[in-house]
Amino acid sequence: MSGMVPLYWALAIPLAGAVLIALLGRWPNVREAVTLATGVALFWFVASLVPHVLAGEMPGVLMVRLLPAGLSLVLRLEPLGMLFALVASGLWIVTSLYSIGYMRGHAEAHQTRFYVCFAVSISAAMGVALAGNLLTLFLFYEVLTLSTYPLVSHHGTPKAMRGARTYLGILVSTSVAFLLLAVAWTWVVAGTLDFRVGGILAGRASDGVLLVLLALFVFGTGKAALMPVHRWLPAAMVAPTPVSALLHAVAVVKAGVFTIMKVVIYIFGLDLLTSTGISVWLMYAAGFTVIAGSLVAMAQDNLKRRLAYSTVSQLSYIVLGAALANAWGVVGGSMHILMHAFGKITLFFCAGAIYVAAHKTEISDMRGLGRAMPITMAAFLIGALSVIGVPPLGGSWSKWYLALGALDAGQILLVAVLMVSSLLNIAYLVPIPIRAFFSKPADGSDPPRFREAPAFCVAALSFTALGCIVLFFFADDVYRLLVPLGGG
Amino acid sequence: MMEAIQAQLPVLQVVIPLLAAPLCIILRRRSLVLPFATGVCWLTFLVSVSLLGDVLEAGVISYALGGWAAPWGIEYRVDALAAFVLLFVSGIAALVLTYAPRSLSDEIPASRHYLFCTLYLLCLTGLLGIAITGDLFNVFVFLEVSALSSYALIALGGRRQALPAAFQYLVMGTIGATFILIGIGLMYQMTGTLNMADMAARLPAAEGVRTALVAFGFLTVGIALKMALFPLHVWLPNAYAYAPSIVSAFIAATATKVSVYILLRFMFSVFGLEFSFEQLGLGRALMPLALAGIFVASTAAIFQRNVKRMLAYSSVAQIGYMVLGISFATATGLTGGIVHLFNHALIKGGLFMAMGCIMLRLHSVDLDDMAGIGRAMPWTMAAWALGGLGLIGVPATAGFISKWYLIEAALEQGSVLVAVLLLLSSLLALVYVWRVVETAFFHEPSERAREAREAPVSMLVPTWVLLGATVFFGIYTAYSAGVAEQAAEAVLGGLR
Repeated sequence: MSGMVPLYWALAIPLAGAVLIALLGRWPNVREAVTLATGVALFWFVASLVPHVLAGEMPGVLMVRLLPAGLSLVLRLEPLGMLFALVASGLWIVTSLYSIGYMRGHAEAHQTRFYVCFAVSISAAMGVALAGNLLTLFLFYEVLTLSTYPLVSHHGTPKAMRGARTYLGILVSTSVAFLLLAVAWTWVVAGTLDFRVGGILAGRASDGVLLVLLALFVFGTGKAALMPVHRWLPAAMVAPTPVSALLHAVAVVKAGVFTIMKVVIYIFGLDLLTSTGISVWLMYAAGFTVIAGSLVAMAQDNLKRRLAYSTVSQLSYIVLGAALANAWGVVGGSMHILMHAFGKITLFFCAGAIYVAAHKTEISDMRGLGRAMPITMAAFLIGALSVIGVPPLGGSWSKWYLALGALDAGQILLVAVLMVSSLLNIAYLVPIPIRAFFSKPADGSDPPRFREAPAFCVAALSFTALGCIVLFFFADDVYRLLVPLGGG
Repeated sequence: MMEAIQAQLPVLQVVIPLLAAPLCIILRRRSLVLPFATGVCWLTFLVSVSLLGDVLEAGVISYALGGWAAPWGIEYRVDALAAFVLLFVSGIAALVLTYAPRSLSDEIPASRHYLFCTLYLLCLTGLLGIAITGDLFNVFVFLEVSALSSYALIALGGRRQALPAAFQYLVMGTIGATFILIGIGLMYQMTGTLNMADMAARLPAAEGVRTALVAFGFLTVGIALKMALFPLHVWLPNAYAYAPSIVSAFIAATATKVSVYILLRFMFSVFGLEFSFEQLGLGRALMPLALAGIFVASTAAIFQRNVKRMLAYSSVAQIGYMVLGISFATATGLTGGIVHLFNHALIKGGLFMAMGCIMLRLHSVDLDDMAGIGRAMPWTMAAWALGGLGLIGVPATAGFISKWYLIEAALEQGSVLVAVLLLLSSLLALVYVWRVVETAFFHEPSERAREAREAPVSMLVPTWVLLGATVFFGIYTAYSAGVAEQAAEAVLGGLR
């Protein structure tokens, strides 16, 4: 009875949570308890789906027939979506814990709106993860953009409004102008929008049309932040830090690269891409973003902006994995969705903790902070090493597979890109905790005394930092989950 | 008994509001006349629901008025397209009038309420008559009934700017109607019949004749004026902006749509696809105008400070979408155009109703006065935002469904350029919609907004029903796109 799995619960649980949160807004403790309970319920449900995927099933459920011509809203479970759903729902719990500490520690306004929009965004992210065809994916992609807009503009200051406008403007305009066109074009060319193993476009259109379609998909998915459509991501850093952490290091941006990965695997099909070579330009476009994003990150003094550009760079690792279109590349790229999520969310949690406890946002002010916030800074170091890809941390596995994929495709230059990028990562991430521990404050004053962030924040960032280490040892399980993506 | 009534439904559709209109003058008392007119509108709506059910089940209904058989007497002819138009016109009329009482008391002097109801029902009669009749001259008569009453409705508010707006509308509308009358006259001269089906059968013999070409030209221009196709749209923005809120909501949602219906009827049912599109290339003429209209009007909308005027320009752009769908002259394109008739009627009707709520509380629809109004009137502005998303064509709203069909139609014909232009135009909609959303929700409240309260429930509920419907029909499309597909097939099949 694999067709009967009620996947829509993954959407309904956070939505129901959102309604409850809105109704209980007057009692902050109850409201936040509901947020956490919703997160746990969602994760429990998503985790209960794992056995289906490991058994090789692809259960689906038809939601509603959208157009009489046969276009429907369909949910379907497959390995990549399983991974993304697990990451987003699991980290939502951690982020909710963190939010409690951060939002209270900071006495932020409109907290109910914040938690409601957060829950709605997670519901949309689940929709993206479980989408069974392109139209469903597009629908939830747009819902995700719109539901995160109030979170980005949360502070309501002119600066926040400007950032939110850039955010919305770039994401909506690219998705409407390019992605929707690509979806409609695929529909006209292939006569279906279903995600199918092996793709639906083979033999349906000339190489030229396929090339244009791939470009439309890639640049239409603004959330993947491939240069030059990456500007929204640094702009979104005006949001409160929990938003930057979960949405702009995990849910939203990963929804972007997830979309590209899905399109490559289930719409084009790996064989089509390797036989026609239409994705070669994309490898180099991604390689360029990997390097350029790192270089720009080095020039940033604002910590969140530096992390944002680092994310731009890291996302292109995943795009690169998709563009390589071989088993190693696809598995490595997909695994990077998970590994980068843990590493980067730790870094953002730390940035927020520093902001709450020490009110510092600029990296140059953070010298000597290690004495005051040893746990935070240690977690930062772990997260940074995982993003760089140093064993024994999770991030090393995904980079390893990506490098294998590049070698397999015969792209020596791209292997070099990966190596250079790792060096750049070291250069812009590691000095931050090192100087925090071993330098004195810039103004020559004594190092501040021990003063960590609220306990909820510290607990959350310690958890994700430990996660980076644990994932190194469980990479094999992730690999087994993902291996069907490469076609065997 | 029921069956006897069932058989008379086509004529009842028009006769009920027609007879009720003068009764309003007799009733006169405000407390009587409004509930009466509202009841009549809902009754008309029930008739149209029943008619649509019959048509979908049993096919085209032909009704001989007064028992006189077709080419001699007047024939009422209800096919899927006509029934679809009847349904949303009467539905919106009923919903808008249910919403009206509070707004009416605020904007129109109580002594004129019975006149308002009379005119409203007459206008409805005209619009329904156009949709149901199978007779060319009858179309003209009903067109004038609806037009004359709408001129008066627009002027009824008594605001100074409304008078020149109504006068401009009157002049342009009359020119349009005259062109249509000349066209019909020429065709009558040529074929000796006024019945649409009969004329469609006789026209092929006369197609080479210059008279047919002249008639075609007069009709095209006349109808284009009536439906405010760019560049013949200049009467529309002022008329919609300065009319009383209720009138804006009703006319914006229905009047131009019915004119698009006339275009469909004449060009496809009477002249026929082959003559209009293959011989005369109507599609090649309409498509650039539609696209230009979409871009020019959307851009103009971006620069409006008066939000009702902005919505009016947006209407001109949306007419462009409908005409674009028609200009493809394919099943997909026509479906897109027809379903957009319906979807846009819901969206724009709902948006103008939300503006009515704003007008009631702020006595202004200026963007500066609307700053921060989202805090005082969250339900109203949330509804507005929902409608705005529909205008942009965000998935899961009705606007997306229309847009999807149009893009599909463009790509089917291999014109990627048109598809790209269509998508780019949604970005213009994003700009003008988001300007209002941002001002209303995120700016510091204006003086007027600080004193405002949420609109009364009696107005909010109908507004939400209409805008909620745009989400419903964005997800569940069997009764919108499904019916539109049938209507498109019926239109393409012609009357022969």
